[in-house]
Amino acid sequence: MMIRFQHTRKIYGGAAAITDLNLDIQQGELLVLLGPSGSGKSTVLKMVNRMVSHDSGQILFKGKEINSFNVQDLRRRMGYAIQSVGLFPHRTVAHNIATVPKLLGWDAQRVQARTYELLQLLAMDPEQYASRYPHQLSGGQQQRVGVARALAADPDVLLMDEPFGALDPVTRAALQVALKKIHRSTGKTILFVTHDIDEALLLATRIVLLNQGQITQAGTPLELLQQPANDFVADFLGRADLGLKQLSLRSIAPYTKAIEGTEPSHTIPLTATLREAISHMATLHVSTLSVTGETGIVLGQVQAADLLEN
Amino acid sequence: MPASLIQRYNLVLALYVALAIGAAYSLPFLRVSPNRLLSGEPIYLWEVLQQQGSQLIVTLMWAILALLCIAVWQPKRHITHALVFLAMAANLAGMWVLAGYFANSATQPENPFARTALGAGFWTLVAIAWMIALEAIDRFKLTTLQRLHMQGAFLLPFLLLLNEGQNLSIAKEYANQSDVFGPAILRHLQIVFLAVVPALLIGLLLAWRMTKVRSLRQALFPVLNLIQTIPSIALFGLLMAPLAWVAIQLPALGRAGISGVGLAPAVIALFMYALLPIVRSALAGLEQVPAEAINAARAMGMSAGQLLWQVELPLAMPVLLIGLRTAVVQTTGLAAVSALVGAGGLGQIMFDGLFSAANELVILGVIPIVFLALLADTFFKVLSSLIKKRP
Repeated sequence: MMIRFQHTRKIYGGAAAITDLNLDIQQGELLVLLGPSGSGKSTVLKMVNRMVSHDSGQILFKGKEINSFNVQDLRRRMGYAIQSVGLFPHRTVAHNIATVPKLLGWDAQRVQARTYELLQLLAMDPEQYASRYPHQLSGGQQQRVGVARALAADPDVLLMDEPFGALDPVTRAALQVALKKIHRSTGKTILFVTHDIDEALLLATRIVLLNQGQITQAGTPLELLQQPANDFVADFLGRADLGLKQLSLRSIAPYTKAIEGTEPSHTIPLTATLREAISHMATLHVSTLSVTGETGIVLGQVQAADLLEN
Repeated sequence: MPASLIQRYNLVLALYVALAIGAAYSLPFLRVSPNRLLSGEPIYLWEVLQQQGSQLIVTLMWAILALLCIAVWQPKRHITHALVFLAMAANLAGMWVLAGYFANSATQPENPFARTALGAGFWTLVAIAWMIALEAIDRFKLTTLQRLHMQGAFLLPFLLLLNEGQNLSIAKEYANQSDVFGPAILRHLQIVFLAVVPALLIGLLLAWRMTKVRSLRQALFPVLNLIQTIPSIALFGLLMAPLAWVAIQLPALGRAGISGVGLAPAVIALFMYALLPIVRSALAGLEQVPAEAINAARAMGMSAGQLLWQVELPLAMPVLLIGLRTAVVQTTGLAAVSALVGAGGLGQIMFDGLFSAANELVILGVIPIVFLALLADTFFKVLSSLIKKRP
């Protein structure tokens, strides 16, 4: 158990922002806190590293109440990335990333090695970027540095508060893919706040949907789409295209069959989702597609009827 | 169409030239007196030129005047500005040498007390030459450091020819008092240092608290503003009685040098004056630190001290330096007045001159003060430009 909320409450100006929150976050989860503005999702995140204090109940980090930690020690064990990034304008990229390692007293060589490793992990050439200043970077590059800085001291938990909210769609998609890769390769526990449903569906191993300071539903992306607990969940996820969203969570691999007869002339990679396959069929006016592997060889075909049957 | 006129011609320069001609004709260039205390006979520039009689010098003066007239008509050429700059540097040194030669010839063996003093005309012409040179330097669009080099170069010919004026009254005053200048400068620096360093530390601390505690700001700024409006002499005077009382009540402090006169009231008063510009700039500097950077720093586990030293202070520094510069320049000037309560320093030389009606001695006290203030100003300007290079 990485983090546990037990009857946690937070009161702002007499009104409860969070009422009786109970939530367990397991090691290695990428848990997305999803909800409309004012639902309390950011407050939940900020309570974990005590940027906001909880008023009653408990929050346990690795089994111990977070208030029993020295606040600075606690925060140094949790990476933190936010929408406004908050890079230090007077420090170079390398120096920004090195912030927490230096607070922890790492030696210079280790700091340097770690900085370069992280820049490479986030697809930024260290030689080119290490000595630049934040204002010399694009918004997407700044957020990459922000994520690298959050990861720098190899924290137990990564807290991310709408980190990609201010980026253009192309840059955002690239960073989402990068984060997914990092999660897969490092197995970090990540707490991710967003109000963007598609982002949540793409990234989450589990989604916690909050409304008015309470958990409305928690589950995997597919569970939420298939069995929305109530009207609020269905509406928030987008009632009209719940089906399409489900399709986007599934790979075409299980639906791929050996080809009988003529090979369809249009192709789609095996890594595509059902949604992409159907979208292709609709634009090309065909009902079958050839499925290709990584090297481009044809592995089989998918048929529209099979895809829609699930 | 005044705007186009200003663009077309260098009207500022034209004004300076007119003022210079007026000063040369209406104000005495030198004064010759039988001894140091009498104000003496006025000698005008044309009289000096007649007596020195060199056709070369007269020709050169007309050449400089002609050059300035051309510069008024042709303000766009770099070569013009360079020539004007060189001419003004030569002009400064030339006037000094001219006055020096006149003094040489006026020094008679039968009256060793006779004095040749620099007159209002000389000083006005020097000031105008300096302004014209600055204006020419500005037109080159240089960096701070390059501009400083140019200003230094302006003084170079004068400094090389300094010895030519040894028979002038001002040089004789210096020779008489030369042993007091070194200690006076050191004392002056000591006063400034003792006032500004604590003001910087305490001012920073106050500004830092003000960013957290709003009420402190409302309480403190009226006090600091009020102090600034008290005339410095009055503040020195006001501090004398309480400090004398403290020294009597606490003899240990008295033995440590705290008393109603001397260093203590001067340093305390100057400290209070320096506080306002420092607190104001430090607060402005701290307030423009991006909130998200502070937020991120806290969330990454920086303590309040680490936040101040690693994030807030470096980001506030460019604005803080502006206030510190004001404080140091202001304190250097005000420290002159502190001689009145017996603090010593360069003000002592200035007041000695005032009380003995020896104008040259006043000037000898004032020049190093102005020079120190300019030096401090320059130092902080260079520091600011160095900091700005790193974003």
